[in-house]
Amino acid sequence: MRSVPMWARAYILCVTLAGASCAVSALGPHTPWPAVALLAVLYAGCEHEALLDRLAGRTGAAARRRAPRGPGTLFPVLLAGVFLLPPAAAALVAVPGALLARADRRPRWVRRVWRAAQLALASWTSARLYAALGGPAATAAPDFPYVLGPAGAAVLAFACVLTVLDGGILATAERVPARTAWRGLFARSLAPVAVHGLAGLMMAVLWTSPYGPPAALLVLLPMGVSCWAFAQYHHERAAHQATIRALVQAVDLKDRYTRGHSERVGRASVLIAEELGMDDDRVEVLRFAGILHDVGKLGVPTRLLRKDGPLTPEERRVIELHPEYGHEMVRGIGFLGEAREAILHHHERIDGTGYPYGLAGRQIPESARVVAVADAFDAMTSTRSYSRARPVAVALEELDRCAGAHFDPVMVAALTRALDRHGWHPGVTSDLPGRVPDQLGDQRGNVPPELPAPSASGPAAR
Amino acid sequence: MTALAAASGGPERAGAAPAAEPPASEDRPGRLPAALAQAVAALLALTALAWTLWHGITEGRTALAFGVLIGLGELARWGSARTREPAPLGAAGALAYALLGENAGHHTHHGAPQVIAVVVAASLVAAVPHVARGKGPSPDQVARRLLSVGFAAVCFQPLYNSGLLAERVGHGPYFALVIVAVLVLTALCDAVLAAAMAHARTRWPFGPLLRDELRALLGIGSAVCATGAVMALAVAVAGLWALPVFSLPLLLTQLSFRRYAAVRATYRQTIASLARATEIAGCTPQGHAHRVARLSKAVGRDLGLFEPDLTVLEHAALMHDIGQLSLVDPVPEGATAGLPEAEQRRIALLGGAVVRQTGVDPAVAVVVERQADPYREQPLAARIVRTANAYDEMARGEGPSGALGGPLHALERLRLATGRDHQPEVVESLARVLARERSGPRGVGRG
Repeated sequence: MRSVPMWARAYILCVTLAGASCAVSALGPHTPWPAVALLAVLYAGCEHEALLDRLAGRTGAAARRRAPRGPGTLFPVLLAGVFLLPPAAAALVAVPGALLARADRRPRWVRRVWRAAQLALASWTSARLYAALGGPAATAAPDFPYVLGPAGAAVLAFACVLTVLDGGILATAERVPARTAWRGLFARSLAPVAVHGLAGLMMAVLWTSPYGPPAALLVLLPMGVSCWAFAQYHHERAAHQATIRALVQAVDLKDRYTRGHSERVGRASVLIAEELGMDDDRVEVLRFAGILHDVGKLGVPTRLLRKDGPLTPEERRVIELHPEYGHEMVRGIGFLGEAREAILHHHERIDGTGYPYGLAGRQIPESARVVAVADAFDAMTSTRSYSRARPVAVALEELDRCAGAHFDPVMVAALTRALDRHGWHPGVTSDLPGRVPDQLGDQRGNVPPELPAPSASGPAAR
Repeated sequence: MTALAAASGGPERAGAAPAAEPPASEDRPGRLPAALAQAVAALLALTALAWTLWHGITEGRTALAFGVLIGLGELARWGSARTREPAPLGAAGALAYALLGENAGHHTHHGAPQVIAVVVAASLVAAVPHVARGKGPSPDQVARRLLSVGFAAVCFQPLYNSGLLAERVGHGPYFALVIVAVLVLTALCDAVLAAAMAHARTRWPFGPLLRDELRALLGIGSAVCATGAVMALAVAVAGLWALPVFSLPLLLTQLSFRRYAAVRATYRQTIASLARATEIAGCTPQGHAHRVARLSKAVGRDLGLFEPDLTVLEHAALMHDIGQLSLVDPVPEGATAGLPEAEQRRIALLGGAVVRQTGVDPAVAVVVERQADPYREQPLAARIVRTANAYDEMARGEGPSGALGGPLHALERLRLATGRDHQPEVVESLARVLARERSGPRGVGRG
């Protein structure tokens, strides 16, 4: 609790009290306790991670690595409660599940209580609205399509309350500026809540029909499967990203002077791409382009990469094959898209003197021009065995000097602007100690000394 | 990783080949069950259409609504012919129509033939755009769909229309249970049919195929069945409005599965390109990792491994040589055969360390690490990778390619090394797989 700011504590307390006061009137005689209990158990059961894991047949390490669930994958049960029960009882449905759920981060109990209060308040409001619009009678009839009106309003109210409360916690606890705290939250939560609302409505209709609760439970099966597929998706995606990192680390195995270089180039590429106003998908692709730009070094003999002494022209030619090797390797990875071109062309220069093809100006794909600048920038600002790291300002000056001949001035300007705004936080490198046993043990990770005396030949000539 | 073990396993008895596997078996993969299913389905469709044309359509509006739903579901079809359930909404709609007994409280009177006729007509219309793009459903899929819907309709409609069901069960929760029971039965029959068809096509053992089909039922299969049941019941209560309302959640399910499948495909591509890193680095010959992966998977299937184990096996086989990346100088031509066994194990351990950093199942890393151990100390997947790898290296390295000498001689040498390095069962399974591969182009290649 100590880490929670004062304002947030007050805020959570208020919401909890409000939630409790909503639920307390359920203690009257009109509450259909069996239905409340059944729904609450359902919600708690679904919310409980272990159960889902067991259903999916996963155990041990795989279960521990499981990805976060999407927001509100279990709303159908809550919304069915909204459509079926009196407001106070509907508020109760979420409470046991939310209190028993797994919290990912500390302080766990505060998070659980907060979640319970938030859901109770949202359910209560939405059930209140539904009752006011004559929903319960329309559900029991059932009176289609009229019932869609109150149901839609209830779902909207549910999403609204969740959004408002979420924005509040962002503003108080995470200190997100109030102006931005609410941005995008509502639009993001509305679509899933709407679909779950339809499922909840179907549950409520079947629950009150002669077929009763067993038929209503069938509705949960497709939702559960969908939720399972969602979790699997995240699981696979995480595994995929780890594999990409492994590709990068395989490069580090061979060429140890560049630890963390790839990740940082990825980050700088993202800065440039965002500054140029590219859409999110392209930014993501450019991140991969930056991370993987040197992957072709896997194809260069390790002895050459680690050579201690000047390179012969022959050896230099072999090293300069790495963009083509890299392109050959990632050719089969569909989602990389234009990142593949960036990998092939990141050593081209605007004046046409680069390699492998000697493209000039606009012939060089945009993605490659981004990565070239990011690559050079990181090469200059990080410590290498042949040169000390230079300050960001000096590096930017150097880039600016080479713009037009070596780099695309547009990209250099974008990087300068982006760094003005966000600063440069190179952060952690990918250098995790003791990961991979190494053939040579303690050999110096080094680089041919004739590599750039940077101002002369331009940085990052490798 | 290496063929050393095989080479040192026994005296050279080249040419003797006493235990060479029987000549490529003559019986081509039997298409009989699949052809039979298709014929029955076609007959069923024609009979149903004729019957419906003759008797006319009862309750046209309901038929039209379900026809439109099935058609839309089929239009939203995605994935290849090997996707498990490419059009879940279409399937759920068809099942719901087969199990429909009431519409907003009024009895319906359509019989099983009309159900089949509506499904056929809707599917045909919706298939037109797909066929135009050259991606129409495969005959096997169409036959399966018709047979399973026909099965459900024939189980339910006569029973319902004769009034027997209402008399015995009534219209309460038990009615819902009957519907679920019919669906479970249908799903089981469908799984058996699918496994039989796959068995006929590929000649992989039937048991594991059936188990894989049954496992798949727990995924999207159960969602389809549950949606079918819910739609049938909801239409009975609320009328045709229930159809659009409950289509949306199933579409969401389909969407999640699609994303899941997409990320799986991407993941596989990435692993494959990690595997190609060794080829580009000159550690292994072109295509080696892919050949070993294909052979390992085929042997795994032949030995009755299940789908998750096959994935582990495939990933491990793709990455089995990755340890060579940490060598300062590549082993020339990837011929690790010349290396002493301790060196092989060391490279295997290096490989395992790289694999552990990827996000793959830790089981994959274990397989990669243990690939050079004697077989009695290995898990089954590592045995398979070891044998497939040794075979590929030997078959490539000697004898005129494709002629009798290379592959058969390689098998013979593997058999001689079954004392310590290669498990006899795995080697025999490899021989079966290779024989099958030569006898017909179908089968293992498409695993």
